[in-house]
Amino acid sequence: MADTVVPAGPETAVEDIRLKHHFATSAQQMDADTLGMWTFLITEVLFFGGMFTAYVMYRNMYLGAFASTSQYMNVVLGGTNTAVLICSSLTMALAVRAAQLSNRRHQILFLILTMIFGTAFLVIKGFEYHAKWVEHLVPGFGFQYEPAQYAHHAQILFFLYFAMTGMHALHMVVGLGLLTYLVVQAYRRVFSANYFVPVEMIGLYWHFVDIVWIFLFPLLYLIGHRR
Amino acid sequence: MATLTHGAPEIAASEVNYLNVEHGWKSWLFTTDHKRIAVLYIVSITLMFFVGGFMAVLFRINLLEPEGIFAAETYNRLFSMHGIIMVFFFLVPSIPATLANFLIPIMVGAKDLAFPRINLLSWYLYVIGAFLTMYAVIRGGVDTGWTFYTPYSSTYSNSYVLAAAFGVFVAGFSSILTGLNFIVTVHKMRAPGMSWSRLPLFVWSNYATGLIQVLGTPVLAITLLLLAFERIAHVGIFDPNIGGDPILFQHLFWFYSHPAVYIMILPGMGVISEIVSCFSRKRVFGYNFVAFSSMAIAVLSFVVWGHHLFVTGQSVYTAIAFSFLSMVVAVPSAIKVFNWTATMYKGSVSFDTPMLYAFGFIGLFTIGGLTGLHLASLSTDVAMHGTYFVVAHFHYVMVGGMVMAFMGGLHFWWPKITGRMYPEAWSKFAALIVFIGFNLTFFPQFILGYLGMPRRYHAYPPEFQALNVLSTAGASILGIGYVIPMIYLIWSLKNGPKAGPNPWGAAGLEWQIPSPPTTFNFDETPIVTEEAYNYGPLEEVIG
Repeated sequence: MADTVVPAGPETAVEDIRLKHHFATSAQQMDADTLGMWTFLITEVLFFGGMFTAYVMYRNMYLGAFASTSQYMNVVLGGTNTAVLICSSLTMALAVRAAQLSNRRHQILFLILTMIFGTAFLVIKGFEYHAKWVEHLVPGFGFQYEPAQYAHHAQILFFLYFAMTGMHALHMVVGLGLLTYLVVQAYRRVFSANYFVPVEMIGLYWHFVDIVWIFLFPLLYLIGHRR
Repeated sequence: MATLTHGAPEIAASEVNYLNVEHGWKSWLFTTDHKRIAVLYIVSITLMFFVGGFMAVLFRINLLEPEGIFAAETYNRLFSMHGIIMVFFFLVPSIPATLANFLIPIMVGAKDLAFPRINLLSWYLYVIGAFLTMYAVIRGGVDTGWTFYTPYSSTYSNSYVLAAAFGVFVAGFSSILTGLNFIVTVHKMRAPGMSWSRLPLFVWSNYATGLIQVLGTPVLAITLLLLAFERIAHVGIFDPNIGGDPILFQHLFWFYSHPAVYIMILPGMGVISEIVSCFSRKRVFGYNFVAFSSMAIAVLSFVVWGHHLFVTGQSVYTAIAFSFLSMVVAVPSAIKVFNWTATMYKGSVSFDTPMLYAFGFIGLFTIGGLTGLHLASLSTDVAMHGTYFVVAHFHYVMVGGMVMAFMGGLHFWWPKITGRMYPEAWSKFAALIVFIGFNLTFFPQFILGYLGMPRRYHAYPPEFQALNVLSTAGASILGIGYVIPMIYLIWSLKNGPKAGPNPWGAAGLEWQIPSPPTTFNFDETPIVTEEAYNYGPLEEVIG
């Protein structure tokens, strides 16, 4: 008789560990986590918002110079990166779904795919940065620019380019770290239909970082490309 | 026999509280208990307050003589570091990170904040930020003023701007995390029956503060980061040499820093609502108006930043709009003042120390607020801008308002936090000293500003000496007024008379649990069945 009782014990104990002591129910805990994540994402919007404000202001002031920088932007690589990120968002969404369905194999698979897409993005971005360095387009480090009359104002655009894409890339690196954590936890069978909040939260973060890029790409790469 | 053996362990159990449940430095540095983190914060911000205050004493000494006593450079660094330390490391975290951290979970009937570990992280970020800033102080300080205006802080800087700005950047995230924790806690952790309309007004005002912290601080973070990039690359978007605009920095800075002014007063208003209601033994007059005025302040605070740029290259139409909006934001503040006064009307007012501080707050904040209207009006601001009138105005709000509220709140909840009462006579004496010292320090500065003495100069024309000496004399009295509570509060930790659960006979969940509370605040989740501030006859509740 005692043997039949024991298996039920650890299972309920696991439930209790996941429900932190100060919450009454796991629904309350999930609600709090979700609201916390959305609030954090709002702070991220405002964080990037400062740079977008500067961009809007200087773009209106120096439209000609800003448009002239488009000849140095690699639209093919930027466009490829956009596609790569959109794919990573899809695989992230599928990973969340797999967690909700308690499908551990698919969950790990989609998380790793997301990480591969994320890494690919950073590698491509690295090639772009290298090209900018070779072409002397890094502000403050021997900046040279043709046409010369736009050199000053184009430097502002490139300052913003590096600040905005650099902060975005930093967020990608943090995201990859979080995904690594998720893969390890998924491997340890932590997530199931009963408990998938971390996957969903980190998924939200990943989608946010993607959306930032969706705005960055046209604003930085396509200024001079009008029909 | 049975009752005796049952009774004995219960008394022992009731003496276990959050302070003595664990011992040793590890139990403090790795705690996730919101009450212990609040105590950590109280200690840290008090240290920073006295560092910042010491700098104020030094530059007030400098201003005893018209030609100054220290070098101009030294003076610049003293007032800049005073501002940076007092704003970012004392005023912003003052009430939210200490009293609100301690009280919000208890007031809403929860065991802890929604994210206890993030709460601890916010304290660590604060400490790291404080160390970075103190590093800048030790290396020689910053001379840009607390606002880090470009190009003082970029092209022409000759001081440790990077270290100080990075310190503020890190401490900013501490503030964001505190705000985030409050917002989620108030939304999701309220006990059964604790509806929004039953929340204590202290919770409302800290909720509004949380909104500002979450929406404003990231903009300061990115602004300081851009400033750092600019200094590292020696070229950047605020640099006029390449067509950049230093005024953009001011816009971005004040987009955070004007709302931040309300981070530095809203929690104080919440404290005053609690104190006034308790010591008038009446429900706060017009609860809904006071609650929503906090929200109105939070919203309006984001659309008034332009009044810092009236004389700084802003179109006159923009300035008119900002002037109007700055007038509008005074309305919710006035609503609060009128409602506190109406609460006292026909109440059983008693003059305990917290109430003395509340009286001080209401009077001084009213002066600070009304002089704000002079500065919100375009025409007068052109004359007053950058004078001591501005200095006096914001010290009436920040020191006369927030610090008064902090002291009042600290005395009000001291028995709850420590389980001990403070000495009544000394505390009343100190409250009086603070009030006198404060007015003597800052009222002359209104006159100085009106006569045209500019702020931030180490020297001044000889005819201003009398008023400056008055101000310095007041500052030393004010300093004594802050040291006395420091001494008797520490003394009371061991020697103060033990406080019961509810020494004031106050309403509110925090007074229904032992002093000091146990680690999880409530043995079982409370069920709230009545409005906030449901004050009955005094003898029923005191104990």
